Amino acid sequence: MKQIIRRRSGATFSEKTMFAIITFLSAVVLGFLVFMLAYIFKNGFSALSWEFISERPRNEMTEGGIFPAILGTLYLMIGSSALSIPIGIITAIYLNEYARNRKLVKIIRLGINNLAGVPSVVFGLFGLSLFVVFFDFGVSILAGSLTLGALNLPVIIRSTEEALGVVPGTYREASLSLGATRWQTIYRIVLPAALPGILTGIMLSLGRAAGETAPIMFTAAAFYSPEFPASIYDEIMALPYHIYVLATAGTHIQESRPLQYGTAIVLIAMVFILNFAGIILRYRYKRR
Amino acid sequence: MKIHRNILFDLFIEKIFFLVGFTCLLVLLLIMLFLFKEGLPIFSNVSPREFIMGTSWYPTSENARYGVFPLIMASVSVTLLASMIAVPLSLSIAIYLSEIARPVIREIVKPAVELIASIPSVIIGFFGMVVIAPLLQTYFHLDTGLNLFNASLMLAFMAIPTIASISEDAISSVPVSLKEASYALGANRWQTILHVIVPASLSGIWTAIILGVSRVIGETMVVLMVSGGATTLPDSLFSPVRPLTSNIAAEMGETPVGGEHYHALFAIGIILFIITFGFNLIADYLSNRYKFKTD
Repeated sequence: MKQIIRRRSGATFSEKTMFAIITFLSAVVLGFLVFMLAYIFKNGFSALSWEFISERPRNEMTEGGIFPAILGTLYLMIGSSALSIPIGIITAIYLNEYARNRKLVKIIRLGINNLAGVPSVVFGLFGLSLFVVFFDFGVSILAGSLTLGALNLPVIIRSTEEALGVVPGTYREASLSLGATRWQTIYRIVLPAALPGILTGIMLSLGRAAGETAPIMFTAAAFYSPEFPASIYDEIMALPYHIYVLATAGTHIQESRPLQYGTAIVLIAMVFILNFAGIILRYRYKRR
Repeated sequence: MKIHRNILFDLFIEKIFFLVGFTCLLVLLLIMLFLFKEGLPIFSNVSPREFIMGTSWYPTSENARYGVFPLIMASVSVTLLASMIAVPLSLSIAIYLSEIARPVIREIVKPAVELIASIPSVIIGFFGMVVIAPLLQTYFHLDTGLNLFNASLMLAFMAIPTIASISEDAISSVPVSLKEASYALGANRWQTILHVIVPASLSGIWTAIILGVSRVIGETMVVLMVSGGATTLPDSLFSPVRPLTSNIAAEMGETPVGGEHYHALFAIGIILFIITFGFNLIADYLSNRYKFKTD
């Protein structure tokens, strides 16, 4: 009996210790996240002003604002979505609603998973060789958007598939039994029900398009461009590339430090707003 | 006749969607095609053995040398160290979220972990450069804080949300009946976690680790900004190194299209593509092989 009790109390001790260690390690990660964000905000807050987000860089990018970079990132977000959202949603609808050949579905899914795993810099090489050189688009908004669009396809497909999967099968059966075709069922019943989930995926993919650097380095981004882009064949500045350039290149790294922090805050804010919108949509959707 | 038209339209849509459904495979195929088209020409001047095992990378010198072995070793060492940091932390978070945390705290911690995944890599690289590097330099009396250790630390932070959230899904999907059986035999919560829950979700955890590691190998901006950039073989924890991804990003901008150096950088892209492709196939196999049958 004594032995059993000792063993039990030993176990409780190990349980307490292990739980404490696990909780502590989890707290370390979150602490690091908070420290990182707080540090960047503390150092960059003074750089933020209306001029900072509405004006062009001046004086070899050591003063002035980052408006061209914000604009460029917005262009890339819109351009990449114009491609990846329709194709991604259609692919997901096909896989989830139409496809009957299970082997084919498996192969396409495998392709999607592998595309999602391709390193971002390899997407950059792909965009450079296919869009910039082979199609001769040059380093341009078009080439960058196509590259980012390809990168974002798996994100849209996965989230749309997830959203379609949650729509109860009874909805479809009820619609089909009333004589609706499959397309009518999808368009009038399934898609409206899945819409919040699909929107969540779109928000996440927009956030990703805003933050990616490696894919646009050789396909779209300009170190500095004095003029605003006149067409989709022009190169542009972009927020993430601007941070990289200010922090690593040139002779004014120290002078432009506040601008680097400020640009980082603007980029983080953009990405977080998109992600929060996505999370809130999903949350409201789940509650319904 | 209207019904007939609707059915025809439905078939038409199905065919169109069928074709669009192949876009992903097409993109994947084009990536492979163009990587090989632009990468393989280097092997007419440099043998594959020389390329992979060669220890000097001097692409711009008169007598150019294209040996990527130091770059491969840099990628391997950074990835190993980052995994050693990320895996225990990620599993802790997964276990904490699924077994320990109270619901209220869980609702805060889970989105926070997801938030880490959404931070652009250039921001994490920037933080490693301006905050962690000076700290390392001061405390360890180093020549530079931009090194293997710093890069691994930042990469580990980036890999944590991937590994943690997939592991947590696996752990949460362990049937309650298994846990109850364990408790009924007198095991406490920790014993149940260690001997029942973790073994039962091991294939999911492995999938998570492989996907996380694959992400670390392919990550570019962080290593470009904090790994130091030296193309020599790493000889200590604090050596400046230059992993494969950062080498492409650092040099592609200044390389004339179609030259030898250009082809060599694409050949590095082929190596990266093959490695991550392999990791993804393994992850796919693992996650399909073993799913919980709840009946």
